[in-house]
Amino acid sequence: MTDAATIPGNMTADGSNARKRFKVNTSAIVMGLYLLFLLLPIYWLLNMSLKTNTEILNDFTLWPRDLTFANYATILTDASWYMGYVNSLIYVTMNTVISLAVALPAAYAFSRYHFLGDKHLFFWLLTNRMAPPAVFALPFFQLYSSVGLFDTHIAVALAHCLFNVPLAVWILEGFMRGVPKEIDETAYIDGYSFGTFFVKIFTPLIASGIGVAAFFCFMFSWVELLLSRTLTTVDAKPIAAIMTRTQGASGIDWGVLAAAGILTIVPGALVIYFVRNYIAKGFALGRV
Amino acid sequence: MEKTVNQKAWFLVLPVLLLVAFSAVIPLMTVVNYSVQDTFGNNQFFWAGLEWFKEMLESDRMWDALGRQLMFSGIILAIEIPLGIFVALNMPKSGFWSSFCLVLMSLPLLIPWNVVGTIWQIFGRVDIGLLGYTLDALGINYNYTQDILAAWITIIVMDVWHWTSLVALLAFAGLKSIPDAYYQAAKIDQASRWKVFRFIELPKMMGVLMIAILLRFMDSFMIYTEPFVVTGGGPGNATTLLSIDLVKMALGQFDLGPAAAFSLMYFLVILLVSWVFYTVMTNLDKKGM
Repeated sequence: MTDAATIPGNMTADGSNARKRFKVNTSAIVMGLYLLFLLLPIYWLLNMSLKTNTEILNDFTLWPRDLTFANYATILTDASWYMGYVNSLIYVTMNTVISLAVALPAAYAFSRYHFLGDKHLFFWLLTNRMAPPAVFALPFFQLYSSVGLFDTHIAVALAHCLFNVPLAVWILEGFMRGVPKEIDETAYIDGYSFGTFFVKIFTPLIASGIGVAAFFCFMFSWVELLLSRTLTTVDAKPIAAIMTRTQGASGIDWGVLAAAGILTIVPGALVIYFVRNYIAKGFALGRV
Repeated sequence: MEKTVNQKAWFLVLPVLLLVAFSAVIPLMTVVNYSVQDTFGNNQFFWAGLEWFKEMLESDRMWDALGRQLMFSGIILAIEIPLGIFVALNMPKSGFWSSFCLVLMSLPLLIPWNVVGTIWQIFGRVDIGLLGYTLDALGINYNYTQDILAAWITIIVMDVWHWTSLVALLAFAGLKSIPDAYYQAAKIDQASRWKVFRFIELPKMMGVLMIAILLRFMDSFMIYTEPFVVTGGGPGNATTLLSIDLVKMALGQFDLGPAAAFSLMYFLVILLVSWVFYTVMTNLDKKGM
């Protein structure tokens, strides 16, 4: 962990060398312990997913002795399992597209203009991010049942807009504020209409912001369970809900349960690398 | 940036307004409706006034759940904020190891909430879980389904595992924004490590820490899935937090009136804290932090 040595202001005086080396080591130890604490439970799930049920229940082993991919094979070949992933991916994608489509113009308006009630509207949006899903579970169930959307992907996608649209507006507004207003003005002088300016000039400038907002919409829709479970029964049932149902059955198939869990971690793990430097900004609603 | 007054900007906001109105205002009005009416089934409702609110305010059930909720949020904040700052201070500042830590630390944040619950449910089991098995082998009696203390420790450790990285990431982002000149000045003044933290790093991190504290407060205040999967609110009602109790009441027992009154008061508390959040944040924005 030599990179840790580049702590600002530590580049003078030979006398501090000994202390510097000591400090680097403690930092490495602290980080090592913390990462161990984070990864151990995940490792245990991975470990279980690669074992047979007999090994899980009868022998306590720190790594799979009898390595098997049968648990993954079960999930990837059984439609009632893998359709769960498909359903989740469908409504998550729909939600991300809808959220970004409505949030982009709104964020632009908030970042560039004052208008009647803008501050109140902005705050009201935030309160929806803070609304407990438990409060909305029953009303959503009734609302979507009454309009005939119950157990469809679009119902879950719209329900998740409750917290994702405000999030997207806030993140995008944070990024848009960083773009100088002169760019807009120059474009208008050059004769661009609002539409072409927005699509051709402005959107590429905040591409990273859009990426981050999309990532966070994707993520929060992916991890949410209470609403998606309440709004679906069969056709649009998310993978997370299928997992809880299997848990209730008499003999729990631990290996398959663990494999299903590991597979839900994969999508997030795949894209996180691309947004690693922006993840703090996203969580802070664009405020870092 | 100077903003110009432009009322036409309303048209840009309109789609958001309509969408959020559909997914927030209509459901919320349903809740308001239920909270002032009573039913004998068959969709026949009659006016009940503020009866449900009175009933909920006088019932121990809501106050107990609120008490447990405040205790939970208090404990996890007291652990996660200092721990998150501590981790952020020890993170490599740049280069490969920095990215490496960032990616691994973000992992728990991206796991579906019920899988987080499942992970800890398995991890803590005495027969097949590493944690439960180890504690059992050490002779510690640990059973989170029956022992109240063990159940509480499990859900708190789980939350610390799940969300401390968020605090650390935000604190790290705050730390990175401090210019080198500050550290060099401290060096010239021969400031101790503690003083550097107290008078340079902490004040500079205040903005992001505020966000971290309030986000963690909010999210822990509406936590449902994770503790529900692990303990199901038990043993008894020992870990029945506000959201768990509410779902039990509304979807389990179908007590619509009381549940709706409960919801509104719950939401009101959140709204109040959101307002504080918003005010603090916009003030910090104005100071340019």
